[in-house]
Amino acid sequence: MNYPQLLSLAAPETILTLGAFLLLAVDLASPRDWSARLRFRIGGLLACAGCAAAMIWIVMHPGHINAFGGMLVVDPLTQLVKLVLLVLVLFAVLISIESTFTLHPGEYLALILLATVGLMFLVSAEDVLMIFVSLELTSLCLYVLTAFNKCSAKSAEAALKYFLFGGVSAAFTLFGLSLLYGLSGATNLRAIAAGLAGRQGDPLLSVALVMTVVGFGFKVAAVPFHLWAPDAYEGAPTPSAALIASGSKLAVFFVFAKVLTLGFAGAEGSGAWHHFARGWTPVIALLAGLSMILGNLVAIVQSGVKRLLAYSAIAHAGCMLLAVMCHSGQSLASLVFYAATYGLTMLGAFGVVVVVESVAGDDKLCSFAGLSRRAPGASFCMLVFMLSLAGIPPLAGFFGKFYVFVAVLKTGAPGLGLFWLVALALAMSAVSFYYYLQVLKQIYAADSPPNAPSIRIPLLLRISLFLLAAGVILLGIAPDLLLGAIERALAAAGMDHA
Amino acid sequence: MLAWTIYSSFIGVLLLMVIPKDNAALARKVAILSALAGLIVAVAGFFQLKPGVMLHISTRSWISSLGAGYHLAADGVSLTLVLLTGLASVAGVLFSWNIQYRTKEFFALYLALIGAVYGVFLSFDLFLLFVFYELAIIPKYFLIAIWGSHRREYGAMKLALYSFIGSAMVLAGLISAYVVSGVHTFDLFVLARQPFPHGFQLWAFPLVFGGFAVLAGLWPFHTWAPAGHVAAPTAASMLLAGVVMKLGAYGCLRVAMTLFPEGLEAWKTPVATLAVVGIVYGGLVALVQRDFKFVIGYSSVSHMGFVLLGLATINTIGLSGAVLQMFSHGIIAGLLFAVVGRMVYERTHTRDLPALEAMGLSKSLPFAAVTFVLAGLASMGLPGFSGFVAELEILLGAWRAFPSIALVTGLGILISVAYMLRAMQKAFFGAVPSPVCHADQPPLEPVSVPERLGAALLLGVALLVGLYPRLLLDVIVPSFDSSLFDWLRKGGGR
Repeated sequence: MNYPQLLSLAAPETILTLGAFLLLAVDLASPRDWSARLRFRIGGLLACAGCAAAMIWIVMHPGHINAFGGMLVVDPLTQLVKLVLLVLVLFAVLISIESTFTLHPGEYLALILLATVGLMFLVSAEDVLMIFVSLELTSLCLYVLTAFNKCSAKSAEAALKYFLFGGVSAAFTLFGLSLLYGLSGATNLRAIAAGLAGRQGDPLLSVALVMTVVGFGFKVAAVPFHLWAPDAYEGAPTPSAALIASGSKLAVFFVFAKVLTLGFAGAEGSGAWHHFARGWTPVIALLAGLSMILGNLVAIVQSGVKRLLAYSAIAHAGCMLLAVMCHSGQSLASLVFYAATYGLTMLGAFGVVVVVESVAGDDKLCSFAGLSRRAPGASFCMLVFMLSLAGIPPLAGFFGKFYVFVAVLKTGAPGLGLFWLVALALAMSAVSFYYYLQVLKQIYAADSPPNAPSIRIPLLLRISLFLLAAGVILLGIAPDLLLGAIERALAAAGMDHA
Repeated sequence: MLAWTIYSSFIGVLLLMVIPKDNAALARKVAILSALAGLIVAVAGFFQLKPGVMLHISTRSWISSLGAGYHLAADGVSLTLVLLTGLASVAGVLFSWNIQYRTKEFFALYLALIGAVYGVFLSFDLFLLFVFYELAIIPKYFLIAIWGSHRREYGAMKLALYSFIGSAMVLAGLISAYVVSGVHTFDLFVLARQPFPHGFQLWAFPLVFGGFAVLAGLWPFHTWAPAGHVAAPTAASMLLAGVVMKLGAYGCLRVAMTLFPEGLEAWKTPVATLAVVGIVYGGLVALVQRDFKFVIGYSSVSHMGFVLLGLATINTIGLSGAVLQMFSHGIIAGLLFAVVGRMVYERTHTRDLPALEAMGLSKSLPFAAVTFVLAGLASMGLPGFSGFVAELEILLGAWRAFPSIALVTGLGILISVAYMLRAMQKAFFGAVPSPVCHADQPPLEPVSVPERLGAALLLGVALLVGLYPRLLLDVIVPSFDSSLFDWLRKGGGR
């Protein structure tokens, strides 16, 4: 394979990289008397154009190529995930476009695009080396994005915490992956699984497994590796937090599922009640259960909406881990659907937080009081987002959960051995219903402070909020739109019986 | 055509969302028109139904990857409840005619609740049914939390959490049934034919039945009901007691009992026992309340106990009595809550029975007093009103199934007479205050036309069904011949 071929294979990523450079150049060349706000808008539109161009390229060039032994896999599935990822990034850019926290919009947006490039390579990777490199590319960008509010000590603290945790977790991942290499002599996931065949009882394999899980556990903020998440979400500029919660979640979960199902194939074990068997599924089941319990219970006492969303993100990560655990084609479909709709919902929720922050200056629950009378449109959107996160039909979040539960129970069928996890998830979703309702209670039932003026929301932000809410409703009423595409892609990629 | 009950409600919601914020008169008109449209469609559908024939409204497929369909249908049981919903929704709008605060939002949430309730009664696909069932929780919460009175946030949250936990139990059971059956569909007709393993039924039945029964006010999971009813604004309490509690009972009958007949057989005695405890306990607690609305709230728990007892009898007469009691209690409880919440409380601003006793309301609010006495008599189960037929049938059914439990139930009826008479006496026929102290208080505002209309509508229906119960029974009883009720015959009922 020569360079032109490689470039055309990685064209979406190339487009985004060029877009990032163009953005920097335009920002550098813009006249000195242009305000940061104007430059943010121009840069934002450029970034959106870059995402759109990459999406168009992907749609126009369906491919099915596995280059360099899994270093770069372009097939319908990874292309679909990349498309969803680009949609999420597009909305993350749109909700950041009216921000005022920085005077350097070019750099901020370029970093978002570069982080996206990392995520896209991550999605395409089936080789541990490539997985690690793209993870690091993404992470470094995300650390900087977290720290981008230079006037805020909290932002700096959050970024430092995120960086330290992330660095340690990267070390764990690398250690785990190197053990895998040592055991199997391969870096491709499928080759690793082949090399590991017959070594199920090997303690070294257990160590490798645990190390890898620890590393990814940090990335997806699963308990007990979640401690960075609340601080990072709270301190980071809101659009950065939205990106961490949406696009990065989707890509990391996708590759996590791939590493476990492909790389550790044959070492699954079982998490079924009374039938526990050694392997990676009981480990994931444990993480999932802990995440759901702790995330939901701690979210109850939060007074800031961003922290609340962070703990709810931990709980949702638990739910997604359930889907990872099941390692069936259906569960992978449910995972992608869940992560995609969850990303849309989180972006919307953070978008409303942006609106409130721009008026009240903080994200305290009481700053949302009476929002329904000051900004009825945004409040309705928040209603949709919160109810979707709580899993109320007919919204996307409900269907995502439902489909995950079906996949989980089917894995444990016919004895319904995994019913305990579903029961736990449902019990915890009742807890989550309480705190999501607390937010809505502030918005709809509480009175706004006297003489509070109605809030004017910038046009682009308003449009993106409505689009996100419409998407969440649409994917709840007609989940087949996305789910059908995912299932077709899975079948085309040969992963439907993974 | 019956599907238009659902659509007309949700069209009403959409219209209300776009009309200007401060035009309360327009909001009321949209609400009453939309509710009336639902009622008219329901009545038309009721007369269209041939007894014993299942009316299929829509059988489109919906989510192919799950096998969920948009399957709307109706039999006699669901049509009776659709009719009840139509009546209660019109009456509820009439009794909320005076809502001034955020009028359009009130009616939008109100109609959303109505639409979801219609949806539950008409769904024969379990996924769809669950969607509507859970959709109903949200408007309830906001109706109480925004427009409620006494401890509204507590009552609203309690109600919402109880409902949500109940529905989570149902969801767990439904997904398990779907997976265990191995069929790629949620269609009730298909799932009802699946022979679920005995061991599975033994734990799935209490899960699903219990989940629904939380909303039906089964003792000891009833505590949300009085708190929620009391906190809610009048129209919401009418709907809660009148219709929403029936959602739970309907779910027990349509889903839990239909899917898991063996589970039902094993659990019928505990269910009947809890139901009777609810009847007696609810009555006794109602007997000692100081708050007028709590009396009615606990009486609802007691009357819903009858419904659940009727279900647990597993014979035709008990079941038809249960369905009739759902209808009858929906009408009568709605009326009682209307008198207490709208006619009395919004004029006197107190629901404290001793305080009301000192006002002699029978003189100042004669219409309210007459309505309450009639509704109270109906609630006690006096012949001539719908409640009599229903409770009689349930007692007959219970006598065949559980003779000893039926005896205790008789006690419950006596208690209901006692608490109703006590409430009547204290609220309306206390000492008439002397003209001297009466002079410095403004006279109570007379009962308005919408209130009279609403009261007349509900009272008329209660009387009509009481005098001619075959109107409903001729539709309800034949529907038990359908294949969905095979378990009724296997259990040796009839």
